Amino acid sequence: MKCTSKCKTIRILSLCDEQLIRLSRKNVLSLSLEEMKVIQSYFKKLKRDPTDIEIETIAQTWSEHCKHKTLTGIIEYTEEESGKKTKKTYNNLLKETVFKASVELNKPWCLSVFKDNAGIIEFDSENGVAFKVETHNHPSALEPYGGSATGIGGVIRDILGVGLGAKPLANTDVFCFGDPDMEVSKVPEGVHHPKRIMRGVVSGVRDYGNRMGIPTVNGAICFDDGYMSNPLVYCGTMGIIPKNKIDKKVESGDLVLVVGGKTGRDGIHGATFSSIQLDKESDVSAVQIGNPIIEKKVLDTMLKARDLNLYRAVTDCGAGGLSSAIGELGEKTGAVVYLDKVPLKYDGLCPWEIWISEAQERMVFAVPPKNIDKVIEIFEEEDVEAVCIGEFTDDKKLTLVYDNDVIASMDMEFLHNGVPKPTRRAFYKVKKEKVQKPVKMNSFEISNSLISLLADLNVCSKEWIVRQYDHEVQGQTVIKPLQGCNIEVSGPGDAAVIFPYTVIKDTKKCIVLSNGLNPQYGKKNPYKMAASAIEESLRNAVAVGADIRKMAILDNFCWGSPNDLEVLGSLVRATKACYDMSKAFEVPFISGKDSLHNEYSINEKKYSIPPVLLISAIGVIENVENTVTMPFKKGGNKVFVLGVTRNELGGSVFSKVKNIEDGVVPGVYPRESKDMMEKIYSAISENLIEACHDCSEGGIAVAVSEMAFSANKGVKIDIDAIKIYSCLEEEFRSDNSEMTPAEILFSESNGRFIIEIKPDNEEKFKKILDGSVFSEIGYIRDDKKVIFESRKNNIRVQQSSEFLLNSWRNTINW
Amino acid sequence: MKKVKVLVLRTAGTNCDYETQSAFELCGATVERVHINTLIEKKDKIFEYDILAFPGGFSYGDDIASGKILSNEIKNKLGDEVKKYALSGRPIIGICNGFQVLVKVGLLPSPELFKQISTLSYNDSDKFECRWVYLKVEKKIKNESNCIWTRNLPDIVSLPVAHGEGKFIPGNEKFLDELNKNNQIVLRYSLRDGSEPEYPLAPNGSVEQIAGICNGKGNIFGLMPHPERYVFTLQHPAKEGFDSKYGWGKVIFKNAVDFV
Repeated sequence: MKCTSKCKTIRILSLCDEQLIRLSRKNVLSLSLEEMKVIQSYFKKLKRDPTDIEIETIAQTWSEHCKHKTLTGIIEYTEEESGKKTKKTYNNLLKETVFKASVELNKPWCLSVFKDNAGIIEFDSENGVAFKVETHNHPSALEPYGGSATGIGGVIRDILGVGLGAKPLANTDVFCFGDPDMEVSKVPEGVHHPKRIMRGVVSGVRDYGNRMGIPTVNGAICFDDGYMSNPLVYCGTMGIIPKNKIDKKVESGDLVLVVGGKTGRDGIHGATFSSIQLDKESDVSAVQIGNPIIEKKVLDTMLKARDLNLYRAVTDCGAGGLSSAIGELGEKTGAVVYLDKVPLKYDGLCPWEIWISEAQERMVFAVPPKNIDKVIEIFEEEDVEAVCIGEFTDDKKLTLVYDNDVIASMDMEFLHNGVPKPTRRAFYKVKKEKVQKPVKMNSFEISNSLISLLADLNVCSKEWIVRQYDHEVQGQTVIKPLQGCNIEVSGPGDAAVIFPYTVIKDTKKCIVLSNGLNPQYGKKNPYKMAASAIEESLRNAVAVGADIRKMAILDNFCWGSPNDLEVLGSLVRATKACYDMSKAFEVPFISGKDSLHNEYSINEKKYSIPPVLLISAIGVIENVENTVTMPFKKGGNKVFVLGVTRNELGGSVFSKVKNIEDGVVPGVYPRESKDMMEKIYSAISENLIEACHDCSEGGIAVAVSEMAFSANKGVKIDIDAIKIYSCLEEEFRSDNSEMTPAEILFSESNGRFIIEIKPDNEEKFKKILDGSVFSEIGYIRDDKKVIFESRKNNIRVQQSSEFLLNSWRNTINW
Repeated sequence: MKKVKVLVLRTAGTNCDYETQSAFELCGATVERVHINTLIEKKDKIFEYDILAFPGGFSYGDDIASGKILSNEIKNKLGDEVKKYALSGRPIIGICNGFQVLVKVGLLPSPELFKQISTLSYNDSDKFECRWVYLKVEKKIKNESNCIWTRNLPDIVSLPVAHGEGKFIPGNEKFLDELNKNNQIVLRYSLRDGSEPEYPLAPNGSVEQIAGICNGKGNIFGLMPHPERYVFTLQHPAKEGFDSKYGWGKVIFKNAVDFV
């Protein structure tokens, strides 16, 4: 071990605890004392101090971002309900909840689950579809444009780096922002204004996604002041991969080929920085700089090399840069890397910076020596830089060389499995939810509420964003994010459908993507939030024609600091819901990611985000012809509501608009719900459904209005015909409290769909639905009047569909 | 019968090449997607093909201006061959970024002049937008124009647009008059009933609502909307088409294949 001026020795052998902590902090290592001590004793055994590059390598590999230490660590959980405490210890929370459900479900069509850069399910006998969703929160808070652009760039590379590489077909994006109309004086020091963040993030996704030629087809936005200092940016990519390209295996003697972008000083410490709370001093140099055209060239060329079977493995350079990519690929073999061979953007980088830089658009390949010339030729034909920087060995060691000096030499075993398991404590107190005081409103008040709900940030049209994304490139987006009966009008689609006809010739199958998220529920009940997100994602997909028996889901947890007992407690509750729902719906998780430490500190005070679980769903639909959109189709057709309406206004948009504190958060009843979803699939397969829309934020009133104004039609709804919980005493116990018309119209009960049926199909439709709760609630009118009526309560609300459309459209129209 | 051969020219940042290929294949042609580096190495290869297509995308990231770097590269490295190809009367289509390239190379409005006269500039909305629009294929123009690509289209057709720089600026009054006189303006943005649209159905602020033009001879066609994204009825927002299976975009590609 020789140290040049470019590589320093870090003296840790003699440091005391306090000094170790100081070292970790000073160098942005994000390592705990316990971890520092394990490192110290490892080097004591080697009888030498580590070099800077060795310490940095360990910090990257052991980072929360790469290792998910909290979710896979030990958690001592205490739950308190009605004064009674129960305790449980999780040795690996993820394995005992989310992952466990997938193992138990053991679906044969799940081709790769929780092990590669993305989850893969079967598309047809020869192909699979891969799906991954990532977060890029911290960078987007500091530099919204660059942060979100590299967020989408990064998740696209996950798809390029799954198996031997998948071809990306679609992107998704989900954001949580503060209120874009927030008064400037209320924005904390050091934080960008929410509107600036939103504009920057949208532009970043637009410019990167559009240039990559991948349509951004599905997403959601949640606005809440809790995200003012910590915006959340989720980016997802779905791709298609031949089944025989799913496995990768590095062999000793394979060469390490780095392909694509050059390495610079951007994105140093991205992986470790993501585990630190933000404050006004946070360093923008941790944010990477993106160039989509380089990535596009890598995509064009690598698939050519893949199809010629020229390499044995590939992975992307994401968090931790080369250090993580090569460390992962070489885990079982060992690797030697010559860092002076890495192509650089400019001179002056220290070896450790080259090694952990998160410069974008780079992929690492394991190439058998006999193929190396051919592979490099394929890349160079299209001006893509490809340089051999080392080789995979058989000594199970990581060896780094710079200018002929060995500057790092560590055991792969220590690097990958040496991290001590932290033990954390978590606490959750189950709070009693109580029904709000009856919401009594006259026709005029209901009408006004409907208008304010449609215009509310969390319901209103996101057209301003959706249209900036090329959501139709590749020509395969057959169910689009905005749907209308003609070009002039639009409504919010429930899910997107991609028909991959340019990749898979003569196929009839297609892929559905959807999502579910509702942090408002999480503020009151994290279990119900998680359950609702899962159900909503499935409901959205089923509404366009998906078969839930061919669906899988992804989890993305964004939480505050796991050092806080109650924050971690709510996370445990949410993972419980994940297990329960995944099992009950028989829908497996195939991939996931967590982003913890989403908090900001001002003047010693910490602000944590409202925790949120995003569920992204993917499914394969047998026949693209059997898909449905949400606008009403024809005057005279009948409107049905499927599912039970309960008095569930807790966390609803209505409660927020009306400042109602109490209310029961919508629960999930998986047995009924799953059964209903399967029946809807049957009905859609038999072409019995003209239009279908998921009932969620804003309840029946909003869902029906959207179906009407996106069709430029009217509708008449009989509120008294809607089946509510208390009407069904025989099936459901006790609670007999009636609901008011406003409660019925705006309750956000899960498990409900609004459906349009031709009178001729009614009989067949009812036969399929036999045994489930549903009711005919009205009919479609050609006169463009949207009417909600309750004779029992003397209520009649009437608006023109055009006015409703404009109310919905005009909130975000910059 | 010999199969019609189509060259879809691509480069770094091209991204509508697969669907353009599929559209031609659907009409019975054989299609090759060829990288410009390959073509520059063997320039005469271009004459092996019956139809030349410049697909959409962001060639070289649209750095400087949309299609600018690619059009310079074509002019400097393939200028003679491309001009000869165009004057031979073989069909050439440029879609979106491809249209921007045709205009900046100077193949449109006139390959005889072979110099840039018109341009496509930033949308009036100042942002990239993706939406479906109505296009007017005026009967008189349809009947009198030489454009081989727009035959058999209905008077009003809908297609998606997706661009940030689509505002057509002809150059000067004289050129605009000539375009009009020669029936070279084959597609204009319109309302469903054929009348003058406003934003957003006028998506970019083009002079005289120009969406697509051809050369005088009618073999070269450039347009901002994407016909390759509407070859199936399934791709239409309301699932409409010229029959139950195919969309109107397919007709445009079929016209060229039939012409050959």
